[in-house]
Amino acid sequence: MPKKTFKQAITEAHFLEMRRDPRVIVMGEDVAGGQGASGEADAWGGSEGATKGLYTEFGPSRVLDTPLTESAFIGAAVGAATQGLRPVADLMFFDFIGVCFDQLYNQAAKFRYMFGGKAVTPVVVRAMIGAGFRAAAQHSQCLYPIVTHIPGLKVVIPSNPYDAKGLLIQAIRDDDPVIFLEHKLLYGVTGEVPDDSYTVPFGEANVLREGKDVTIVALGLMVQVAMDAAKELDTLGIKATVIDPRTTSPLDLETIVESVEETGHLVIVDESSPRCNIATDIAAQVADQAFHALRGPIKMVTPPHTPVPFSPVLEDLYIPRAEHVVTAVQATVPAKKKGN
Amino acid sequence: MQLSKEQLKLAYQRMRQIRVFEDRLHLEFTRGQIPGFVHLYAGQEASAVGVCMHLTDQDTISSTHRGHGHCIAKGCDIDGMMLEIYGRKEGLCGGKGGSMHIADLSKGMLGANGIVGGGPPLICGAALAAKTLGTGAVAVCFTGDGGSNQGTTLEALNLASVWKLPAVFVFENNGYAESTASHWSVSSKQIVKRADAFGMPGARVDGHDFFAVWEAVREAVERARAGEGPSLIEATTNRYYGHFEGDAQTYRAPGEVEKVKAEKDCLVHFRKRVTEAGLLSTADLDAIDGEVATQIDQAIEKALAGTLPTVADLTTDVYVRY
Repeated sequence: MPKKTFKQAITEAHFLEMRRDPRVIVMGEDVAGGQGASGEADAWGGSEGATKGLYTEFGPSRVLDTPLTESAFIGAAVGAATQGLRPVADLMFFDFIGVCFDQLYNQAAKFRYMFGGKAVTPVVVRAMIGAGFRAAAQHSQCLYPIVTHIPGLKVVIPSNPYDAKGLLIQAIRDDDPVIFLEHKLLYGVTGEVPDDSYTVPFGEANVLREGKDVTIVALGLMVQVAMDAAKELDTLGIKATVIDPRTTSPLDLETIVESVEETGHLVIVDESSPRCNIATDIAAQVADQAFHALRGPIKMVTPPHTPVPFSPVLEDLYIPRAEHVVTAVQATVPAKKKGN
Repeated sequence: MQLSKEQLKLAYQRMRQIRVFEDRLHLEFTRGQIPGFVHLYAGQEASAVGVCMHLTDQDTISSTHRGHGHCIAKGCDIDGMMLEIYGRKEGLCGGKGGSMHIADLSKGMLGANGIVGGGPPLICGAALAAKTLGTGAVAVCFTGDGGSNQGTTLEALNLASVWKLPAVFVFENNGYAESTASHWSVSSKQIVKRADAFGMPGARVDGHDFFAVWEAVREAVERARAGEGPSLIEATTNRYYGHFEGDAQTYRAPGEVEKVKAEKDCLVHFRKRVTEAGLLSTADLDAIDGEVATQIDQAIEKALAGTLPTVADLTTDVYVRY
């Protein structure tokens, strides 16, 4: 199978879906780039180059650069979705959600329910998340709990190139509004990605490895952190199951609960701020549904309750690392189990 | 272009339907029959109908919290609207939207909207879809003097102009955003002055005058359909009731509404205009009044007899699939 980067997988999903369905359009700031300027067309192809080449193949009526106007173009994507198009809007940094949030949570998310089941709003909003880019407090957040909270939105957080392509194709074909979040440190990660079109369903967790002693749930970039921790735990004689939910809404709680019923221990690794995040949500739901299975406290590995700092020294301290996960596992899995 | 006798009758019928619908809701609200917030459109009828007479079901409108008039003008089913306002299962939105969220996409009615400034970006999208799909449809955004000050609205005006969208932005300036006077809150005093800043033509019309609205919107809609881009219309108008039902309106001068009713009422103005020109007779108009009175009575009866939603309805239609 060919190896591709996460970014190439994203680009490929766009090309395949735009070729398949003429209703798919792409819009956002600099999705082509250079609009109105005297240099080359398709100068940027998105701030990270993930939509590069679309403008050249599909032209200005399907690849629309926008002014710097998130409320208007996210809202336009939503409105166009109600009228027969399938827009993919690039919000660039998910931190910009604040300037356009109404169009997502009060408009797109609610149309179907509020209008009595008659509205279909197949819009995808892509955006970058995550720390580690030295981009400081307003370009580094993992704000997915905010959208996960909203009924009517679906929230997708791929952790590898294969899932990125399959989940994005699923998102574009999906008839509900989808928030598709790409961790910026994953763009360069490579993995096996088929050339053909395929989908990865929402609400189906990926079990990356199975071990009998502890269940580790992680999202996005944290999946790799969890895998690194699991390797370290192997050397300590603790066998970990690692689960990547892939989507936080819908959430595959069933797979998590089933695993916890076998291991009796749960550690959740979440790069979002620690209060009311995905870790607390999963912890609460597992405690509610599988308290009987727990043989130790649920542990959560998250950043501290602070904005993302700029100084590389501080930012590196901020982001959860494998050693934090190992410590958390050791805090819940009884010592007597070690070495078994 | 002239309005035919049938079009004039339809315009009058819709204006009368809006008036009686709203007057009746005002009454029923005081009787405690209607749950939640209700914002009445009475007084502004010439604006909604003057605009929507140019539109078909393929054209899209977005509306506001004060949306009943736009719904009726766009052809939404009156029984379905009333059932919705009463929270009944047979309502246009299954009782899940209510007064502030009545929508009927099959009629090109993209929803009343509880968020001031919520509609303008959506209308850019509807206009973009029309342009991309080549349907020849236009999209019309209704908002008010309050909405004219929202960032979303200003962004939408700019985007519509940059993308040269087939859109019309209608600002119904009824003098008040909730209790705040528009001559205080709108820095340019006239909303129409903002059109130039966004590179689009603008017109300011007397929103009590159906014919003035109709004429201005005709030009804007023709321009949009011809692919020449968006326009802005400011219709000056007055609401006869408060911001919401229950608003004591102490911010208004004594006699303010009565004076408007006496001097500018859009229905009175319309009747005078068409009868003096010999286009419709008093008997024609009275007949419509009679039919509409019966229709609204029946709508109330049907709403009261409507089915209440059950627990089974609570969790449906959040997603297409989840």
